[in-house]
Amino acid sequence: MSFSQMSIRQLQQALRDGKTSSVALTQACLERIAATDEQINAFVTVCGDEALAAAAEADRQIAAGQGGPLTGIPIAVKDIFNTAGVRTSCGSRILENYIAPYDATAFARLREQGAILLGKLNMDEFAMGSSNENSANGPVRNPWDLERVPGGSSGGSAAALASGQALATLGTDTGGSIRQPASFCGVVGVKPTYGRVSRYGVIAYASSLDQVGPLARCVEDAALMLGAVAGYDPADSTSVDCPVPDYLASLEAGVKGKKIGLPREYFIAGLDPAVKQAVEAAIEIYRNLGAEIVEVSLPHTDYAVACYYLIATAEASSNLARYDGVRFGVRHQGEGGLVQMYEQSRAAGFGDEVKRRIMLGTYALSSGYYDAYYLKAQKVRTLIRDDFLKAFEQVDLLLTPVSPTAAFKLGEKTADPLQMYLSDIFTIPVNLAGTCALSLPCGQDSELPIGLQLIGKPFDEATILQAARAFEAETEWHKKTPNI
Amino acid sequence: MHPRYEVVIGLEVHVQLTTKTKIFCGCSTAFGQQPNSQTCPVCLGLPGALPVFNRQVAEYAIRAGLATNCQIAPRSIFARKNYFYPDLPKGYQISQFELPICEHGWLDIDKQDGERKRIGITRIHMEEDAGKLLHDGSRGSRVDLNRACTPLLEVVSEPDMSSADEAIEYLKQLHQIVVYLGICDGNLEEGSFRCDANVSLRPFGQTKLGTRAELKNINSFRFVKQAIEYEVERQADLLGDGGTVVQETRLFDADSGLTLSMRGKEEAHDYRYFPDPDLVPLVVDENWIEEVRAALPELPEAKRQRYIEQFELPEYDAGVLSAERALAEYFEALVGLHDQPKVCSNWVMGEVLRALKENEVAISDCPLPPALLAGLLKRIDDNTISNKIAKKVFEAMWQSGDEADTIIEKQGLKQVTDTGAIETLIDEVLKANPQQVADYRGGKEKLIGFFVGQVMQKSRGKANPGVVNQLLKQKLAG
Repeated sequence: MSFSQMSIRQLQQALRDGKTSSVALTQACLERIAATDEQINAFVTVCGDEALAAAAEADRQIAAGQGGPLTGIPIAVKDIFNTAGVRTSCGSRILENYIAPYDATAFARLREQGAILLGKLNMDEFAMGSSNENSANGPVRNPWDLERVPGGSSGGSAAALASGQALATLGTDTGGSIRQPASFCGVVGVKPTYGRVSRYGVIAYASSLDQVGPLARCVEDAALMLGAVAGYDPADSTSVDCPVPDYLASLEAGVKGKKIGLPREYFIAGLDPAVKQAVEAAIEIYRNLGAEIVEVSLPHTDYAVACYYLIATAEASSNLARYDGVRFGVRHQGEGGLVQMYEQSRAAGFGDEVKRRIMLGTYALSSGYYDAYYLKAQKVRTLIRDDFLKAFEQVDLLLTPVSPTAAFKLGEKTADPLQMYLSDIFTIPVNLAGTCALSLPCGQDSELPIGLQLIGKPFDEATILQAARAFEAETEWHKKTPNI
Repeated sequence: MHPRYEVVIGLEVHVQLTTKTKIFCGCSTAFGQQPNSQTCPVCLGLPGALPVFNRQVAEYAIRAGLATNCQIAPRSIFARKNYFYPDLPKGYQISQFELPICEHGWLDIDKQDGERKRIGITRIHMEEDAGKLLHDGSRGSRVDLNRACTPLLEVVSEPDMSSADEAIEYLKQLHQIVVYLGICDGNLEEGSFRCDANVSLRPFGQTKLGTRAELKNINSFRFVKQAIEYEVERQADLLGDGGTVVQETRLFDADSGLTLSMRGKEEAHDYRYFPDPDLVPLVVDENWIEEVRAALPELPEAKRQRYIEQFELPEYDAGVLSAERALAEYFEALVGLHDQPKVCSNWVMGEVLRALKENEVAISDCPLPPALLAGLLKRIDDNTISNKIAKKVFEAMWQSGDEADTIIEKQGLKQVTDTGAIETLIDEVLKANPQQVADYRGGKEKLIGFFVGQVMQKSRGKANPGVVNQLLKQKLAG
């Protein structure tokens, strides 16, 4: 049977009804990977045998009337999640042979709930990038147009979904790394509130900004996946002990009477006309669904990208110090002593963008510059967060584009890091504010998907999921699939 | 300490805490285990692992802060200290920088001349220790991360000390306090209490501090003295010859007694401190502070004062007895059973400490509990036995663990106070030593000791020496 248009919940029902099996679903995904991934390059590791064995076990459980809402569902996770016994390379040469002895909490929760791991997904090295071109495993290609990027850094997580290789994936989002690729590949991606999902076992890029979230083919799947991974984890001191609502149960609540804010600073010159048009059409749909649309202001938006590239790189420069060739990963001994080993291991192990960010961050934290850069950036961050909190006194959620353009061409921005950084201009402020947002398909520009961003109050993922579901119910964008 | 220069010393002490588990993970802190057997993803610094703060460490830090008159910060922050070294698995050490848990404290020390001097404590902060490198000659170095992530307090003093002796006094007092508080085992050799000294000189009268050298690797009080005294001479010679002191780290070499430059290795470090985003600020409320304060033991200095006032002990006795918590507890238990503080003090400082030392036993493992010793002291007090016999009984009690009365009974050591029996012995002794009797009567009164000795010997120690003395004098006079 064809499952490409069925939600996870429908597939679960089909499994329970005996209309299909986990082995069949897993086999179909593996076949799809075999058929398409030479072009897409979404997977860096495929664990076919293990997946089929786990699927057979899931089928036994289902036959015995056991298991949960994810039992037997084949998924894949970004190669930034530690998976015990399966290589975790984080898109980097320096970890090309690294096998972790433990599972990341978010992945462990999926596994405990019966999900089947198909493999690990390609990404920008250490999650640094907006195009998935910074991977030691080579770039991922956009299933909608193989000449174009899938977005980044969770490029593999979005592309695998769009090309039907997995039923749901996990990504991480530090400045837009779930939402922007979801937008470029025409899938749903959720960046939960900072603290909503445990970061334990997720390789750190920028600890105060990183957040785990699901990518899915529809809003309902995203809600199901978020519910499965969310919740307090004592192993992550920054995870928040705050109850996780039943996202599925409230999903059809609609937007009638809700106030949706349009931040004036997000509708600017430089916004691609097709993107602008798609977002305006979406606003009309919400108006017709009974939402009240109001304009709001987030006055410090202009400073977000600069602020982000100081804080994120400062944290990264410290987080990546442990890749020193001493205990794990690649070591280049070379000539000379300890310092030479450090230099050569890191010179050979890291790619250009990672080196650039380590240097930026080291500089921002250096004595004599700390106050002017890192400390100032933290103050600006507080202003940006206050912008959002103030806006949320007036509205229930915010609506913006995800990215100023649809997917751009491979190589188009690699020569100019600053242009590349600006493709995250609408997603970065949400990470700085620490609140939640999602991306959902809302149109196309010459067959390239366009994403709509809904931003919610801290820990109010339920409201943006409801709004996303209301929009999805009125439109067909999420049903479109690339021709691959 | 030096005729031409004022010596300025500040100390940084690392106190290893005795929590059962590490500061940011659940691994054991036990010493001397198989290398890398007490590790997990967190203390190995594996990718993706995150620290979780052990709140027991904060409680210990608060204890130390209260005992050293510090202010406890209601909110303190963990910071990363970034540097590369193979014993530092994450490439940074989690420590505290801008907002430490304790600040603005002090300790009063006794100077050599008997004056009191207040030494400021700038701050006390919490941090994780690094691992250990095991150097294996030509085969390279190995890393043992059992010690990585064990909890430390760093106690930073003001540059308030002006001689090696003052530095030692301060260190001894701080050492005593942390051991008293039960937060550190105080073992200097195993590195549980480590000291770095910042030493500089300036001409008398100058207010600006001179350039300092930081002395490391000093693992005994004696070495602290040696290292500082050598460093003062070295700097004075440099300055005296018109040279300048270079700000640097110097390693103390215990074999030669010299400090040697480590220049080139640690120089010009920029640690790029910033708040650790993996940990939330530590909030300490008044209730917690008061709870810890209420549970603090009496500290050695207060105890010493109380012994002088309440028990009327000499300062020396009070100092010895209060120096170690277990010893003080033993002494107080003994006084509780035998209300003669000075007698108790003499026995504890004399026989008990001697026997402990000879048998290499700690006071906490003393085979003779206070109740048994009190039983012995009672028999001296009621003249059942003499002090001298009591020492024999003490030995027997130490070996057997029996009560004093049992041993006195069994060995027939009961003192003879019957004057008739003693007189008989005296008569025998005087008869046997006519020459000495004549000499005594001729003015050599020192011979009394000889006669007492003879009588005691005849009684096999059981005669009451007071009675013997008195009767002898009567008889010799007569």
